[in-house]
Amino acid sequence: MDYQLQPFGDNAVMVIFGEKNERSIHQHVQKLADFLQDNPFDWMTAYIPAFTNITLFYEPIKIMQENDTTDPYSVVCKDLESVLGNLQHVPQTPANTIDIPVCYGGAYGPDLEVIAKHNQLTREEVIRIHSQGDYLVYMIGFSPAFPYIGGMPDKINTPRKATPRISIPAGSVGIAGGQTGIYPLASPGGWQIIGRTPLKLFQPASEKPSLLKAGDRVRFTPISEMAYQKWGDAND
Amino acid sequence: MINIQKPGLLTSIQDEGRIGYQQFGIGTSGAMDQLSFRLANWLVGNEGNEAVLEITMLGPTIAFEADALIAICGADLSPAVGKQKLQNGRTFFVRKGSVLRFGTCRSGCRAYLAIAGGFAVADVMESKSTYLLANIGGYQGRALQQGDSLQAGECTETAKKLLVSLRNKLGSTAHVWQAPWGVSDSFCKSFSQKIIPIRVTHGKHFDNFDAASRKNFFAKPFHISSQSDRMGYRLENNKLINLSNKQLLSEAVRFGTIQVPPDGNPIVLMADHQTTGGYPKIAEVATVDLPLLAQAKPGDQIQFQSISLAEAHKLMLEREKALQLLRLQINQQFEMA
Repeated sequence: MDYQLQPFGDNAVMVIFGEKNERSIHQHVQKLADFLQDNPFDWMTAYIPAFTNITLFYEPIKIMQENDTTDPYSVVCKDLESVLGNLQHVPQTPANTIDIPVCYGGAYGPDLEVIAKHNQLTREEVIRIHSQGDYLVYMIGFSPAFPYIGGMPDKINTPRKATPRISIPAGSVGIAGGQTGIYPLASPGGWQIIGRTPLKLFQPASEKPSLLKAGDRVRFTPISEMAYQKWGDAND
Repeated sequence: MINIQKPGLLTSIQDEGRIGYQQFGIGTSGAMDQLSFRLANWLVGNEGNEAVLEITMLGPTIAFEADALIAICGADLSPAVGKQKLQNGRTFFVRKGSVLRFGTCRSGCRAYLAIAGGFAVADVMESKSTYLLANIGGYQGRALQQGDSLQAGECTETAKKLLVSLRNKLGSTAHVWQAPWGVSDSFCKSFSQKIIPIRVTHGKHFDNFDAASRKNFFAKPFHISSQSDRMGYRLENNKLINLSNKQLLSEAVRFGTIQVPPDGNPIVLMADHQTTGGYPKIAEVATVDLPLLAQAKPGDQIQFQSISLAEAHKLMLEREKALQLLRLQINQQFEMA
């Protein structure tokens, strides 16, 4: 497991495992994220896993005062190196698989036809391909609980809309190029909308404010409009 | 116990910030100027992380429906109760029935109004900060509006003692009484400079920029554009050229990251920034200068100065030592009052 430590401003460090967006690199990110979740360093205030690296925020003053040093970055690196050295021998935690029910097409997925036409497929084929992908959440970012999901089959790759929509409802599942994603909050956006999930991705009042976390596997399951509405009622 | 008669330009409840939820895409928010935020809290006997009002340029009108101990730090927005002007960096007893108004913005951009006990709103993910983008935290997840009523929390024993002591000293006609001590405004004066110096360390992609951009980044001042808010400051007047055309993968950003989108005009990310971003990062603002930057307003000029990581940490420690000394002195005044 190769890595590089880099200072990121005066209160963060980036642990870089590589440059390429590959599952093998993301596995290292995930291993460290799992470790930090269960064993946070006492100087760590937050961490952000990304595609090829993970950023840890620290409290320089706390470290300087508690360790009687003027070099908090060295303390952070030393702690990280000892953990990263052992981490290669730790087995990967099995990923959670989260089922995301999606009502495809119709009013919930106004761009299903666009995607089908662009790829010379029928609507049914698009739904089948999208719901059979092997998906991995690489990171959560951009906006609260927004998952960057990799693994969409290239057969349904579709460019963004030329003109973004002013408002896309929360729960909308979209495609942008080779990526698929879910809007946790209503927001403007240029993604091709293929369907909508009744699940709430952003739950600010919950212990776990984001339904998904980096490293989760995702399975999209087609549901009917009636099932979607029933789900919605159960949520209210 | 306070009622918002006029909301001002942008008045919101903020504290230290929502720390530790960034892995879920939840931004930290919190007071833009953490220094003034902490000082204001200490001046009313709070621990230092109670929720305060962050007041932007044009202040609100606030009616006090109960006696209160308050302090204002940061920008000078000409606060007054009736004819009596309130000085920044002082502790005030304000009698029930008083109305606090703000006037001209004399210096800085953001004032912090602390009240003994802090503003009592529910915690969302362990913080009272308003996160405007997601409509959570603070008062109903939004900026304050006319008619909103806010309660103060339970004050500390020292604050209670001071409240009683100041109330007794106040004449029967006056509405407000100023404690006979205060903190020096040397920090506040630094935001009135013509060109505000901001210290930075090099960013991850500094070397991707062409030689002229790397030089001009420090040699030429930037203007803060009118499109600047709690999420970020857009900078103008000094376009930067990125030599690398490689698409970057999104990754973590921080309060103080200076990123450069393809148009070459940098953006400094501020308290309400998104947790991740995909633009190249030319520099990172030193934590010690974030409060100063938070007091710069659209139209102001700033100039970056390069410092090492070691210097950034040294400055941070010096600042903290000075602040702790100040805190000790404030606490002593409270004991003697």
